[in-house]
Amino acid sequence: MRVLATSILSALALAAATSALAAASDADFKAAFAAAEAAEKQAGALRNRWTTTEAALVEAKKAADAGDLDRAVAAAKEAEALAKASIFQANSEKEAWKALEIR
Amino acid sequence: MASTIRVRAISSGETTEVQALIQHPMDSGFVKDAKGELIPAHFIQQLTFEHNGKTVFLADWGPAVAKDPYVKFGFKGASKGDELKVSWVDNKGASDSTTAKIQ
Amino acid sequence: MQARFAISLASAALALAALVLIARSATAADAPDPAADAKAFQDFFTRKFPAVKREDFVNGPYSMNEDMRKQWEEKEQFPPYEFALEAGKEMFSTPFKNGKTYADCFPNGGIGIRQDYPYFDTKEGKVVTLELALNRCREANGEAPYSYVKDEMASLTAYMAFTSRGKPFDVKIPNDARALEAYENGKRYFYTRRGQLNFSCASCHVQGAGQRMRAEILAPALGILNAMPIYRSEWSGMGTISRRFVTCNTQTRAVPLEPQSDEYRDLEYYLSYLSNGLPIAGPGARP
Repeated sequence: MRVLATSILSALALAAATSALAAASDADFKAAFAAAEAAEKQAGALRNRWTTTEAALVEAKKAADAGDLDRAVAAAKEAEALAKASIFQANSEKEAWKALEIR
Repeated sequence: MASTIRVRAISSGETTEVQALIQHPMDSGFVKDAKGELIPAHFIQQLTFEHNGKTVFLADWGPAVAKDPYVKFGFKGASKGDELKVSWVDNKGASDSTTAKIQ
Repeated sequence: MQARFAISLASAALALAALVLIARSATAADAPDPAADAKAFQDFFTRKFPAVKREDFVNGPYSMNEDMRKQWEEKEQFPPYEFALEAGKEMFSTPFKNGKTYADCFPNGGIGIRQDYPYFDTKEGKVVTLELALNRCREANGEAPYSYVKDEMASLTAYMAFTSRGKPFDVKIPNDARALEAYENGKRYFYTRRGQLNFSCASCHVQGAGQRMRAEILAPALGILNAMPIYRSEWSGMGTISRRFVTCNTQTRAVPLEPQSDEYRDLEYYLSYLSNGLPIAGPGARP
C-alpha cells in the first residue's frame, strides 16, 4: 500500500516537474540565446568557432520564429554547450599542440 | 572559341588507343544551387567517334556521367595518319566536333 | 632513520636535477630553428615510409598506395587539369584594361617562379602567397580581385605552377624576428586541434599519413602543397590552396577563416618551407 502511494506521489511529482519544463517562455529563450551568442562570440575572438555551434544557433532561431520555444531553448542550450567546448579546446590547445610537434 | 574536345589517338600494331577529355558541365538536373533552386539538366546525350565514315564508338549518355568526362577505348582497323572525328550532342541541342590525326 | 632521511634527500636532489635539465632543454627547444625542424620533418617521413623516394612525397596519396598510383599514372597521360591549365595560360597573357599584364608584376615575367612563394615581405611584415600576389597585381592595375576559392585563381596558379614544374621549393625565412614569428604561427596552426572533431592538420597528415579515412588515402604533410592547385575528382574541378584550407577546416567541423587570412598565409609559409628541396609538381590531380 505504501509502495503504491509513494509511486503515485513520485509519478505526480514527475508530471508536475515536466509540465513546468514544458512551459518555456519567450524570456527563457531570449536568455538562453543571448548566453549562447555571447559564448560563440568569445569562441570567434579565439578564431575557433565550430560549424555545429553555428548550426545549433540557426536551429534555435528557426524554432523560436516558428513558435516552438521548447525546441528553441534546447537548441540554444546546446549551442552554448558547443561554444563553451570550442573555447575550452582553443585554450587547452595553446599548450597541448606542442605534444604533437615532430622534433 | 576553343574546342571542348581534347583527343589523342595512338596506333600501336593492330589497335588504336583513343583517349578523349570533353569539357561539359554534365549537370544532372538533381543538384540545387546556393539559392536552393534546381540547376537544370545539361548533359551530353550522344558522343560519336568516326573513322573513315564508320562509327567506331558510340555512347548514349545520361545524367549519371560526371562533369568534364573522360573516355578511353581501343579499336582495330586504323593506321597512323588516318583521321578520327569526334562529335557530341547534348540535351539542349548544342554540339561540338573535332578531328584528330591518329599518331 | 638516518638512512631513510638520506634516501629522501638523495631522491629530492635527483628530482631537482631532473627538473633543471628538463627546464633547460625546454628553453633550448623554444628558440625557433626552422632548418632543424625541416630536417626532423623530412626524416620523420622518410623513416616512416622507407620505400618512398623523397621527391615522390609530392604525389600525396599516390606515393602511399600502389593501386591508386597506377590509376593516377594512367590519368596523367591525359590529365583532368588540362582545361584549367590552358585557361590559365590564356588569362596570364591577356592584358588588363590598362594594357599591362601579370608579367609586369612578377620577377622573370612570372615564369618559373612559383617555387619562391610564399615569401616574407619585410616591408609589410607579413607573408605573401602566390594567390595574394596575383590579386594584388590585379588590384594595382585597376582590376577586381578574383575569389581565392574559385576557378579563375585556380587556372592562373595552375599555369604558374606548371612553368615551375620540377623546380625544388625554395622558400626563404629572412633573418627577421617577424618572419620567424610567422613561421612559428604556421607551425602552431598545423599542430593545433580544431573543430568539433578535434583534429589538427597533423592528426590526418602526420599521424594518419598513408592510412585510410573512409574511402580516401591520407596524404603525408611532406610535399603536400607541391602539387597545388589540384583537380579534385571530389570537387569535379580545380581548387586552390585557399580552397583546400577552407574545406579542411569545414571537414573537422571548424568554421573556416577568411581565405588568405594571416593564419592561412602563415600555415602555407610553414608547410612550404618544410618541403624545401622537393619538386613543384603542380597542377595536380587528386581523388
